[in-house]
Amino acid sequence: MSAVVEGGSVVKPELVCPAGSLRALQMAVGAGADAVYVGLKDATNARNFAGLNFDDAQLREGVAFAHARGARVLMALNTFADARGVDPWYRAVDTAVAMGADALIVADTAVMAYCRSHHPQLRLHLSVQASATSYEAIEFYRRHYGIQRAVLPRVLTLSQVAHVVRLSMVDIEVFGFGSLCVMVEGRCALSSYVTGQSPNTAGVCSPPSAVRWQDTRAGVEARLNGVLIDCYAPDEPRGYPTLCKGRFDVEGRRGYAIEEPTSLNTLAILPELIALGVKAIKIEGRQRSPAYVEQVTRVWRAAIDEAAGSAGGYSVRPEWNATLMRFAEGQHHTLGAYDRPWR
Amino acid sequence: MNSAAARSFALTIGPVQYHWPRQVMLDFYAEMAASPADTIVLGETVCSRRRELKPADWLDLARDLASTGKEIVLATRTLVESEADLRFLRRLAEQHDFLVEAGDASALQVLAGTVPFVLGPHINVYNRAALAEHAALGARRWVAPVELALDMLGLVNPPGDPVKTDSGAAVATEAFAFGRLPLAFSARCFTARHHRLNKDECEFRCLEYPDGLMLSSNEGQPFLVLNGTQTQSAAQHCLIGDAAALRAAGVSRLRLSPGSKNFAQVVQWFDRVMNQGVPVEDALPALQAMSLQGGLSNGFARHRAGMEWSTA
Repeated sequence: MSAVVEGGSVVKPELVCPAGSLRALQMAVGAGADAVYVGLKDATNARNFAGLNFDDAQLREGVAFAHARGARVLMALNTFADARGVDPWYRAVDTAVAMGADALIVADTAVMAYCRSHHPQLRLHLSVQASATSYEAIEFYRRHYGIQRAVLPRVLTLSQVAHVVRLSMVDIEVFGFGSLCVMVEGRCALSSYVTGQSPNTAGVCSPPSAVRWQDTRAGVEARLNGVLIDCYAPDEPRGYPTLCKGRFDVEGRRGYAIEEPTSLNTLAILPELIALGVKAIKIEGRQRSPAYVEQVTRVWRAAIDEAAGSAGGYSVRPEWNATLMRFAEGQHHTLGAYDRPWR
Repeated sequence: MNSAAARSFALTIGPVQYHWPRQVMLDFYAEMAASPADTIVLGETVCSRRRELKPADWLDLARDLASTGKEIVLATRTLVESEADLRFLRRLAEQHDFLVEAGDASALQVLAGTVPFVLGPHINVYNRAALAEHAALGARRWVAPVELALDMLGLVNPPGDPVKTDSGAAVATEAFAFGRLPLAFSARCFTARHHRLNKDECEFRCLEYPDGLMLSSNEGQPFLVLNGTQTQSAAQHCLIGDAAALRAAGVSRLRLSPGSKNFAQVVQWFDRVMNQGVPVEDALPALQAMSLQGGLSNGFARHRAGMEWSTA
């Protein structure tokens, strides 16, 4: 399939890559990211992990580095502001503007309202955490807060994505690669049910502070706040005990009752995503290493250039998948909801 | 029924989250019509494939129940994906007989400026400014997210200085006070997946599980409940012992989420304890005795893990 042509030129989607550190940002930009997304070192973003993210000086340096090489910096401000004190969220908006971020990725209407009243020129992207799954939901945020792009939750099929793209008045960004949420983002309280901390409130899911590993005769147990999430036999590879990816018992059958530990990989449908008008492809993984960011970015840069380049002839190169597979959760890939084998 | 003015808390029967056969559903609502509840929320909020009651049936049921003196609220779907879902939203926006409970931002877009509406528990309002944003668009009532602690509810919508609606009235706060907690939503059906069926040929197997399908840890701890595309807590969230904290947080309405067993008794116990001065010590043993597998929990109310239970 050839890529969509608009006014005689191919519309190439922006490659949006994760940067959990200045080093990762530099690697992403160097490997060909069109934009990187970052967060501050606090609960204002959905990857609030120790040792991760940017302070003001690092953000300033990162923006300068990216801008000098023609890349944009998007700042994730995509948790929901705490009722005990919303100021950190508003200050983060001011910081993003002061440091020269090109857009904010937002989920909370309070934060969006603050942006509109204090920084009317600031570009807003609707975070996946805002759970907008229809063009009407996206229109709600465009009409009231002027969002210019929406990131779609990873629960829609390819034809549903096409429908949203066709009927939305803003650009659409989709996830291309990385860890997979099987639940609608922004409306999952599983982690807070077990640990008291959730993506919406604390920017974390199944936080490491609640994880305990224990050697037993049966194998290695992984517990989350005491709940047995999985038990690995000595010869089994161990995964991180994200609670929806554990092995549980349902009617006497043990297995991955909610979701297998697997990563999203949409390389195989990239020409379709481009043809239906997706404007940006997002790579998940601000919590991952600079090496992940660098290598995954390089693969996706090549793939997007090829898929959006010469008409026809795109095929997924085996070496691309080999690289991505090394970084995939459980060394497995899926097209996720885009291609619902379970539908 | 006591007069509303004398009651501390209005009681809301939340939407039935499960797939019950049509007659079971109608019998349930006939029973609720005779309950001390003030408000009944109707509608299929979980899965668009569940059509034991069709949209017209829900509207008929709403009119029947309204004639018994109950306030009726029509709830919209939590995960809106299809044009059919959107058509149903538009239909609700065109009627003016009932309040509508918005399940997602699609509903907000369609409802804003048309009918007064309730913010359902899956609209993410976590602070006062966000509540004020929605109140300006026509929200009258706020059902707080289930993971929000009670003191936070009081900060979002303080009883002494409540957020005002577009017409100047105080926005009412409703807390999820009883039932298995709706914790997550997916496009994927976990009940069908368990039976190795595709979602579109699911055989409506969720009809077999009137309180959801139990998921336990591998050491037998009841943990979560699979309810089609929705994932719930195994434990039943229960705030019957929290009247003082609820009042201090400005909560005026309690949501009781239906289960298939003894639910009318649950409503009775909440009315006695919350509105008639019956000591909670009389109610708790009864609620514990009739709780579903998984027991009771109230951690969310206290800034704890939601699955925890404490009587302190």
